[in-house]
Amino acid sequence: GTENRLVSLPRSRIRVIMKSSPEVSSINQDALFLTAKATELFVQYLATYSYKHGRGKEKNALTYTDLSHTAEECETFQFLADILPKKILASKYLKMLEKEKRDGEVREDNEEGEEEEDEDKAVGDSVGS
Amino acid sequence: MAERPEDLNLPNAVITRIIKEALPDGVNISKEARSAISRAASVFVLYATSCANNFAMKGKRKTLNAGDVLSAMEEMEFQRFVAPLKESLEVYRREQKGKKEARKDKDKKADSEEQDKSREEDNDDDDDRMEEEEQNDEEEVDN
Repeated sequence: GTENRLVSLPRSRIRVIMKSSPEVSSINQDALFLTAKATELFVQYLATYSYKHGRGKEKNALTYTDLSHTAEECETFQFLADILPKKILASKYLKMLEKEKRDGEVREDNEEGEEEEDEDKAVGDSVGS
Repeated sequence: MAERPEDLNLPNAVITRIIKEALPDGVNISKEARSAISRAASVFVLYATSCANNFAMKGKRKTLNAGDVLSAMEEMEFQRFVAPLKESLEVYRREQKGKKEARKDKDKKADSEEQDKSREEDNDDDDDRMEEEEQNDEEEVDN
């Protein structure tokens, strides 16, 4: 790509995000520029790091899972862990919910038998207890 | 000015381009991955702003400046960004200076309306324009 522009991300939008922080009064022009530029560097770094350390590259791709791994395993990116959660199979999640419900409640009015089919696309579905 | 949720996102096209340019040619980026990176970038801005603001407050200033942002990068363990950021800042400042001088010549014309916009902060321009905003009249006092 051409390197004519110094920064590609729109500064006005960066400014909106920055100003959404209530404690921030004002932002000088240089600070705004640097934040925009730093964000670009960040995007590059997150993408390349995740690609390098992830398994997506086996298929010549960068996947969500690669990013999620990065957030979990690399300390620098740990602040992203909450917004890049690991994905789990729907069936596992439903079973987790069931278990929490059972543990949390004394009453036993829930069906114990979970015979329903789950809507997983995954092939190797774990059939739990 | 109330923010709509989408205002806190960065433009997809730009994010995609930055990612593509960083990765080897031909690598596919899933839509989910792209969206995740975009969200991550917004969170990064928030985190960096909060961090930089702490430095400003320590210095008893109400305006975030360049030093605050650079300090924030170090604090956030992105020291690797500091050197390239400083370089870019140099170029940016030179450019701004050049623009100012060019504008002085244009001052004779009826450009005075632009001068009335706020001095301390950026103007709210069109969000999705790719070019650098050239006509901002941002005369900063402090640094």
